This record gives sequence, structure tokens and C-alpha cells, in this order.
Amino acid sequence: MTNETMADADQTARKGWMSLLAKAPAAELKRLWADAGQEAKFQWLRAPEVGGVMVRGRAGGTGAAFNLGEMTVTRCSLRLESGAVGHAMVQGRDRDKAEVAAVIDALMQGEASEVLRATVLVPLEAGMVETAGKRAAKAAQTKVDFFTMVRGED
Amino acid sequence: MYVAVKGGERAIDNAHDWLAEERRGPEDVAELGVAQIKTQLSLAVNRVMAEGSLFDPDLAALAIKQSRGDLIEAIFLIRAYRTTLPRFGYSAPVETGAMACDRRISATFKDVPGGQVLGPTFDYTHRLLDFALEAEGLDRAAEVEPEVHPVMPRVSQFLNKEGLIQDEPRPEVDETPGDLTREPLELPAARPLRLQALTRGDEGFVLSMAYSTQRGYAKNHPFVGELRIGTVPVEMEIPELGFAIEIGEVVLTECETVNQFTGSKTEPAQFTRGYGLVFGQTERKAISMALVDRALRWKELGEDDKGAPAQDEEFVLYHADNIQATGFLEHIKLPHYVDFQSELELVRKLRREADMRQQMREAAE
Repeated sequence: MTNETMADADQTARKGWMSLLAKAPAAELKRLWADAGQEAKFQWLRAPEVGGVMVRGRAGGTGAAFNLGEMTVTRCSLRLESGAVGHAMVQGRDRDKAEVAAVIDALMQGEASEVLRATVLVPLEAGMVETAGKRAAKAAQTKVDFFTMVRGED
Repeated sequence: MYVAVKGGERAIDNAHDWLAEERRGPEDVAELGVAQIKTQLSLAVNRVMAEGSLFDPDLAALAIKQSRGDLIEAIFLIRAYRTTLPRFGYSAPVETGAMACDRRISATFKDVPGGQVLGPTFDYTHRLLDFALEAEGLDRAAEVEPEVHPVMPRVSQFLNKEGLIQDEPRPEVDETPGDLTREPLELPAARPLRLQALTRGDEGFVLSMAYSTQRGYAKNHPFVGELRIGTVPVEMEIPELGFAIEIGEVVLTECETVNQFTGSKTEPAQFTRGYGLVFGQTERKAISMALVDRALRWKELGEDDKGAPAQDEEFVLYHADNIQATGFLEHIKLPHYVDFQSELELVRKLRREADMRQQMREAAE
């Protein structure tokens, strides 16, 4: 692998876990993180801050962009003693969730990544996939086949 | 004009204390929790998020509790809260074509790839009160085996392949759309700005405007080409990282209407479209938005100005916002003593003058 494709792969992986952490249910993330028993001392680069992001849509689903409305998010940045920097931008107004997400983001860049993936990220994603999957199954149960009735001659 | 008044502090404090007491209601009834509102009155929560223009179900539920179920008051609380939030940025436009759909129906094609999925709908219910809901402890639904959401291509895409519907081409570079939360509305408004005003507009107002087009005021003969409700991820570029991540996900209702066609000597006949996209499960609003969007597009589609209210963007856009409307409407109940005093003086003066003229006429006769 060339350096460039390695960097691309790293970026894709990081995008993956940051996205997962952002969407994760806060309680479940905190529970898995506590159970993982990882210690991480850090300094704040930016303490958790609650804010809004304007969500955009497209006219007709594919056309010109427009502003749909805002959503709440919490962001923070920190540096571990190892020097690794972690960022978080997570949905909602939970500062603790943002802190856990940023610590995990920093740790995932180091030696703890395999353990963290197995103890936090994989079970977290599995839970979210199952929740979504159950909705998909419920939806599938409401699938209908309409058929058009032939009208009588008179 | 409202003129500041002084005094009344004790009465105001007492009024607010009583408000809190009335909100709580009798203490022999269990207090309503925010989580209960969020999960069991979720369509009210959806409306507050849509018109409050802030996707946060917990906050919307809290606002509903605080407002005693007055949804416009709840929307007001959310709008006031959101002004305190620093704006971290703008998301990439959401990809509704990749929505994980709870519901997806088409009134124009019965066989659509991905199928017609009813979802948790009030459609086809009998609208009879269900007294069983008064009793507690309904049976839990059976467990289901998780599945994967099927791919559900846009219905308009099929018509588009044949060139039978007006296209919505994806811009190569997105123009920055106007933002009503940043600049006041100016007319004429581009379609992106109109869509923003409609999606946060009052459901009742947008519904009535849409209904007026169906009844003949700027009729454009809509079909619901597609209605879908589900979850989409929200992606945003993070400057510190130099790449985009998903920062969360939102539930949306999207409606695309297929409307009466236009054509000319040079262009073949083609269907046109209206578009609605609203936070949460809010399909009445999304369908209404699509109808009003379509009516407001009369100019670009080369239609006649029929003088219909729904074609008048100044009328529609300046009156769709229930917080602006309620603010202006409700301010007239606040003390206007000075204003009224001057009008009272004026009426008394006019009457005195009329009396004098009358007396002079009588004296002359």
C-alpha cells in the first residue's frame, strides 16, 4: 500500500468510528466505555460546547440545496498524555457523551484501538444495527400489494 | 404601540406560581414525565421540532410539558432556545433517496421497487375512539427478527428516465442557500428560501393554503408521487479534520407530488413537481408543503398568475410563521394605556365637534 492509500484507509476508518460515536445512544456508549475499563488522562483543547448545526436538504430530493432546520450537537477536543488528539461532534446536548467520544477517538489512533474496537465499537454498532433492523422488520410487515379493481361495464 | 408600565410584580409572581400549580394539576394524578411525552406523544413532539426548526426530541418534549400542551407556546420556547445556540456550521444536504424508510407509499404507481410500505399510519383506521386505551397494560407486540432496510429508489426517478417529468438536476457545485435564521426574508424569494419558510411554517396555515389550491384557487392537480418517512444520517465537514463525518441522524418526512403537466410548441408535455421535506413523522405538513411549493412555482413554470392566495409568495411567506404571527397578535393584549388614552381623547373630540355642529344647525333653523 502506498502512503497515500494508507492515509485514505486511516481516514475512512476514523470517519467510520467518529460517525458511529456521533449517532450512538448516549447511555449505551457510556455503559460500554465504563465496562471497557480504559484509563485516559487528557487535557482539554476545547471543553464540551453545545451548539446547533443547520441541516440542509435538496429541492425535489436531488436539486438545489435549502436550509431545513437545525439540530443540536455537542463538540469537544482533547489531547491525551500520549499526545494523541481526539475530536468529537456528537448529536444532542450530552457533554459526557462528547467527552467519551473524543477520548475514544484519540485512543483509537494508538495501541488501544484493537481492544476498544472489540469492547466498545463492535457491540455499540451491533446494538444500533439491531434497533434499525427491528424497525425494518416492522416496516416489512406492513408492505402491501394494492391491486386495481376492474370497473364494471355499466 | 406598547408602552412600558411599572408595578404589578407581586401579581405577576403570583400568576406564575398559579400557572405552575395548574400545569402540575391535582397531585393525586401521577406527574407526566418528559420521557413519556417524548415517546408517547411523539407526533406532538415532531410538530414542535418541525415548526421550532430544531431537531431535538428531548427539548421539544420538555417544551410541551412547560407549555401545558400549547404547541405554539412550545414552538415559541424552542425558537427562543435555539437563538442561544452557537452555530457550528451547515450540514451537507441529506440524501433522502437513501432513507431507512418506516413508511413509503406512492399514489401514482402501485408496483414500485422496494414496495409500498404503510408503516405506523392512521390511514385505514376507522377513526373510532378506542376505549381500550383508557385501560393500562396493552399486550406487547411480538418480537421480530431484524432485517435490513430495502433499497427504495425515488418514484420520480422512473418518470425522469423517460423524460416525462421535470428534472431536479443535482448541482455540480451547491450554491449557498439563503437562511431565514440569519437574514430577514426578502422578496422575490428563491425556491430554497421558500422551502425553508414552508418547512418551519405553521401546519394549519400551510394545510389551508394547500387545500385552497385543491379547491380551485390556482389548481395544479397534484398526485402524491411518493411519500416517505424514515431516518437519514446527517453529514458535515469538520474543519479540524479536513473531512466529513456523520454527526447524527434525523427522522424526516418527504413528499414529492406529480402535478399537472406543461408543454408548448417547442417542448413536449411533461409533469411538474412540488416538494415537501419536514422534520419528524409529519406527513400532513409535508404533503401540504409540496402543494404550496408547487403553487408558488407558477412564474418559473410559465403559468398564469390567477391571483390565488397560494400563488402570492408575499402573502404565503409573510404569514406562514406562527411565532411571528402569535407575537404580533398577542402583543395587543399587553398594556396599551397611553395609546388607547390618545384614541379615547380623539373620539371624545370628534363627538364634541359633531355635537357642536348639530347645535349650530339647530340654532340656525
